[in-house]
Amino acid sequence: MSHAFLQNAWYVLIGVLLVGYAVLDGFDLGVGVLSPFIAKNDKERRLLVSAIGPFWDGNEVWLLTAGGALFAAFPHVYATVFSGFYLALMLVLYALIVRAVSFEFGHRVESAKWRRAWDWVFFAGSLLPALLTGVAVGNVMRGVPLDARGEFAGDFFSLLNPFALVVGLAGLSMFIMQGAAYLTAKTNGDLARRARGVGIWAWAALVALLIVAGILVVADSPERLDNYTRNPIAYVAPLAALAFLILTRVSLQKGTGGKTFLFSSLSVAAIMGIWGVANYPYLLPARNVAAYGLTAFNASASQKSLQTMFIIALVGVPLVLAYTAYVYWIFRGKVRAHEEHY
Amino acid sequence: MDPVLLARIQFGLTAAFHFLYPPLSIGLAWLIVYIGWRYLRTGEALYDEMVRFWVRILALIFAVGVATGIAMEFQFGTNWSTYSRFVGDIFGSPLAAEGVFAFFLESTFMGVLILGRNRVSKRVYWFSALMVAIGSTLSAFWIIVANSWQQTPAAYTIVDGRAVLTDFWAAVFNPSTLPRYGHTVVASILSGAFFMAGISAWYLLKGRHVGFARRSLAVAVVAAAVFSLAVLGVGHFHAVQVAQTQPAKMAAFEGLFKTESGAAMVFFGIPDVGNQAIRLRIAVPKLLSFLISFDPNATVAGLDQVPRSVWPPVEITFYSYHVMMLLGFYFIGLSLVGVWLLWRKKLFASRPYLKVMLASMLLPVLALEFGWIAAEMGRQPWVVYGLLKTADAASVVVPAGQILFTIVMFVGIYSLLLALLVFLILREVRRGPSPLSGAANG
Repeated sequence: MSHAFLQNAWYVLIGVLLVGYAVLDGFDLGVGVLSPFIAKNDKERRLLVSAIGPFWDGNEVWLLTAGGALFAAFPHVYATVFSGFYLALMLVLYALIVRAVSFEFGHRVESAKWRRAWDWVFFAGSLLPALLTGVAVGNVMRGVPLDARGEFAGDFFSLLNPFALVVGLAGLSMFIMQGAAYLTAKTNGDLARRARGVGIWAWAALVALLIVAGILVVADSPERLDNYTRNPIAYVAPLAALAFLILTRVSLQKGTGGKTFLFSSLSVAAIMGIWGVANYPYLLPARNVAAYGLTAFNASASQKSLQTMFIIALVGVPLVLAYTAYVYWIFRGKVRAHEEHY
Repeated sequence: MDPVLLARIQFGLTAAFHFLYPPLSIGLAWLIVYIGWRYLRTGEALYDEMVRFWVRILALIFAVGVATGIAMEFQFGTNWSTYSRFVGDIFGSPLAAEGVFAFFLESTFMGVLILGRNRVSKRVYWFSALMVAIGSTLSAFWIIVANSWQQTPAAYTIVDGRAVLTDFWAAVFNPSTLPRYGHTVVASILSGAFFMAGISAWYLLKGRHVGFARRSLAVAVVAAAVFSLAVLGVGHFHAVQVAQTQPAKMAAFEGLFKTESGAAMVFFGIPDVGNQAIRLRIAVPKLLSFLISFDPNATVAGLDQVPRSVWPPVEITFYSYHVMMLLGFYFIGLSLVGVWLLWRKKLFASRPYLKVMLASMLLPVLALEFGWIAAEMGRQPWVVYGLLKTADAASVVVPAGQILFTIVMFVGIYSLLLALLVFLILREVRRGPSPLSGAANG
């Protein structure tokens, strides 16, 4: 396999891992953000946690694996982004750490206060990553100042620019929509109805924010559209996003659970596809000097390393998908009021 | 303040804290697999009760392990970006492989273990425990591959100032991978066994859940005996490998300042680096030479073989190594006494033994920490042995103030997590195993 082929393949594979994260952890983060708004009592909050309880940990592994794969395939991007976005990433880390223990710690003490406290940890621990991941994506899409060695040359506050914040809010809306779509499939009655209502609002916010983000891209970095003008077939991504978003909206209205989740997931994938196409071959464009940008070709690992990793992915990922599907099947159907532990 | 020092403090703190949990998880997971297998074979309700109780404890420890593990995956990039650029071609692959082959497996089946009891058959439930055990053990494999490559880099060439992979399997099975992996996994199972033995001993001392505690203690003591002996055996091969591939590290372990033939093995002493001597030394003559080369007069390289500027910090390496080693002998002694008492049918009534076991239940975790400190401090001043110094490996764009801020945050959050974990485990232990099947909300 040629180096160029592998570099392209890994550009796509990193994208696949990130889509996996956004679709899967997206729904459980979304449920976390939604939880204080649609659960009216303790019993309903327990239902929400139970609905994602068996899955959230496996879902989060998509992020860890994307991080590991980025390190292996594009070490310069991993090094620049992770050190450059230092504080933001650390905040995400703290949120993920306390959120991770909230699942196991939250139900161990039979006290309403204890559970309430952990419900808030779960909410905040979901909100922060759901928002900040999008802010990071916005910056990666827009590009950051880099120096000749490829090191980040901006500061923390430059990361909080209007475009990145719009993308951050879009990401948050997308995760909320995804969480709501999941709940329409996993819950019944009032809870499912409220989830649909929130899902419709999140959908509207997402569409509006995507339009704003699109306008900002045209005004601020029109070179992101070059791949589309060069290869009109690339319009498949935005067209698919449009189609799936419409289907998501329709099924949210009808309240058809499984389909809503499917269409919402496909919307998430297609929206991320728009970004992937627009930025290719850049993994991290430079705002100051275009040539400093990190691409699939100048920031990658060696041919040997990419090929080894490619084989690891070809063997490992189907296996992962198979047993993940099996475990989702074990916990299929609507979540029960008294999901038993142990 | 020096950003490299701060980055080291942050990494050391977070890694030391994280490393408290995975060994216990691995150990408890395998013990649960064994007990679950006994349940499948015999159908005895007691085994089922044991599985449920220990899964409840495992779930708490596992959660903190997962939570703190997320930080480790990110920190190479956030704090050590120069290192990440230098080794990314080689070091990234095992981390990615850990995700694909291990994290998914353990996390996905942990969901079944915690919440799926009433949704799957007994066999599938046991299979899930097995997958958690295998997943966590594989996770240890890939992370030790990555760390071992730092200790004994292999199968690379330097291109444009970066290490580039030449042979994947040769890099994976670099000289220190298997001895270190064996030593760590066996010690992990030992730590799980002591943990189980300690809690069981407490029940017997209090006269509570006696049937449950006897059976758990018997399993744990036998496992402790087998694995404490195995730790010593594998540790021996590991030490031989260190002497061959990282002689300066072995010299620091042993406080051997000058190259000697017929070198003694030091069991106790206080290194005096200024005078290059060990004070209050208790040692067995020629034993070190014999253990390393099977020749009592063989030559063992001392610290004089390398320039003073690349000596590891001798005191901390020496002390950590010796505390680990002495604890290792203690574990063998304690668990063999336990097996002997079990055989003589006196174990469950021997209050002094039960008290000592209870007091010792976390010592293997401590020994693992000291072993890890000895291994990593003994590698200094290198982050990749002989190739890249720690001082040159940190991120260049991260201000010291930001690192300091994150240290404060980590210390705060991690102290809170530890306090909560201890509180919750004590609570579960006080509540004890429930003979009724799966009470709601665990």
